[in-house]
Amino acid sequence: MSTATLMAGEAAAGYRKLILRRAMLLALLVLCLLAAFLLDVATGPARLPLSAVTDALLAGRGAGGPMSVIVWDVRLPYAIMAVLVGASLALAGAEMQTVLDNPLASPFTLGVSSAASLGAALAIVLGTGMPFVPMDWLIPANAFVFALAAMLLLQFLARLRGAGVQALVLFGIALVFAFNALVALIQFVATEQALQQLVFWSMGSLARSSWDKILILAVALALCIPFSARAAWRLTALRLGEDRARSFGVDTEATRRGALLRVSLLAGVSVAFVGTIGFVGLVGPHAARLLVGEDHRFFLPASALCGALLLSLSSVAGKLVVPGLLVPIGIVTALVGVPVFLALVMGRGRVS
Amino acid sequence: MKGAPLTVSNLRVAYGRRVIVEGLNLAPLQPGTLTALVGPNAAGKSTLLRGIAGLVSGTRGTVRLGDRDLLGMSIPERARHLAYMPQGLPGGVALTVMETLVGALRAVPTDLAPDGASAANHAIAVLRQLGIEHLALRTLDRLSGGQRQLVGLAQALAREPEVLLLDEPTSALDLRHQVSVMALVRETVLRAGLVGVVVLHDLALAARFSDRLVALSSGAIQADGTPEETLTPDLLARVYEVEARVERCSLGHLLVLADAPIRGAA
Repeated sequence: MSTATLMAGEAAAGYRKLILRRAMLLALLVLCLLAAFLLDVATGPARLPLSAVTDALLAGRGAGGPMSVIVWDVRLPYAIMAVLVGASLALAGAEMQTVLDNPLASPFTLGVSSAASLGAALAIVLGTGMPFVPMDWLIPANAFVFALAAMLLLQFLARLRGAGVQALVLFGIALVFAFNALVALIQFVATEQALQQLVFWSMGSLARSSWDKILILAVALALCIPFSARAAWRLTALRLGEDRARSFGVDTEATRRGALLRVSLLAGVSVAFVGTIGFVGLVGPHAARLLVGEDHRFFLPASALCGALLLSLSSVAGKLVVPGLLVPIGIVTALVGVPVFLALVMGRGRVS
Repeated sequence: MKGAPLTVSNLRVAYGRRVIVEGLNLAPLQPGTLTALVGPNAAGKSTLLRGIAGLVSGTRGTVRLGDRDLLGMSIPERARHLAYMPQGLPGGVALTVMETLVGALRAVPTDLAPDGASAANHAIAVLRQLGIEHLALRTLDRLSGGQRQLVGLAQALAREPEVLLLDEPTSALDLRHQVSVMALVRETVLRAGLVGVVVLHDLALAARFSDRLVALSSGAIQADGTPEETLTPDLLARVYEVEARVERCSLGHLLVLADAPIRGAA
């Protein structure tokens, strides 16, 4: 970097250029995501030619014929779900890493997914759960309520002790162990059939996608995004430390509460619909940080885009890796994500 | 409304049940003066500073700027009047100096920076004032220790506070940077008419750059006055438990020479 020899007056121009470069990177990410999404729609066990897929897409839903059914009722929901879940989990991870000041934080570190698993396990094995909820929706509804309850419990514990951020992380880890033990207990008493269903649920798969679930997740994301955008400056300030942020006028407690609420909503809904898909919430923000830095105006959208991109590519890989078989995406993300993550970390180590 | 004195009365600062400062009173700190807080380790200097800044939830008592109650204010309201700079900048943050300053200005809306362009211009003006405009596009982890302190100072000054609280701005700095950072702090306090309070370990540095020196031990004030009045062998024996001489160097600055620890002192 030649910024050391920056002359007076160049700082303003340099800053404008920096912002422009970051905006361009965001645009590039959008293009990559679009390409990955189309690739996701174009691939599948039924080897449809690309022209047939585009024809079916352009003909609109309900045009009739097997092509239309495959594209509109199977592939498109999968692909859209991959994008939405990836964006939700990575956005949640980014906000968590900032408000908890911990690069290892992700929606799963604090027990959100473990709680959701417990809720799902109760629904699958005991057939009990939320009253007045139709049977088809029992598992996701239960998973979501448990995820949300876990987050509230965490906030309550933290408030009770007036504990700091580090204590919050430790409480979360304790919750993970507690929930996992309860899930194991339920598995222990479950019938063989229920056990199989439970294991498959917890693997994380887009096979449960449907248009109404997409709508719910899209609404959750649309609810969170304006609040995230408003909090972007405050989150950037929080990166400089609690005391400094408060000296800038940021109510750090309220900012943290708001962020964790958004995290529970996004992660809770995602996990409820697709099961446990690890790693996206951790890797998405790290990739975004390397690309655009930590000005949260760029960092938050870049995290969401990276997460969506990673999950779309994982979805494609899940369809191609074993011909004719759809590998659950939860397995693929970890297999694809780990090498990507290591490459990112190693690359950064070399640069600095 | 610039130019109001800061008064602290009957202040109690506690972390949970651990009371660090109790019933502390400070005579009005005048605008345009720099006050140094000195004392041995664990004397409660940093805690007192954080308490005045309203950063400790278990703080009772009053901190007034003129006739306005600082502790009773909301966090954004207080940040209009008072800036606090903690020790050191966090490392491993992927932000450039410019981004931290614009962030400091826009974290909560101020009249100083109603939009992005004016925030950027204001940030550059602050950097130029401190003579570190060339660091604008460096990321935080590529700064040296002295540069980090100056960037931290720039963040505190960016919001144009009336009260500037600095916690050990010269820790981990070499001699040259100690002197240059303190000279800049003093110059800024005088020029802008700020109430400046700085926690310092180095007594000679404190004596040279401050107008008023407050010695603290066990959370209570042991001496308060000009550096000449405060720094006496008697005080050094009481507060630091050392046998010491206070002499003047060839330029007339105060020097503190510690000769031996006092054994079994209270």
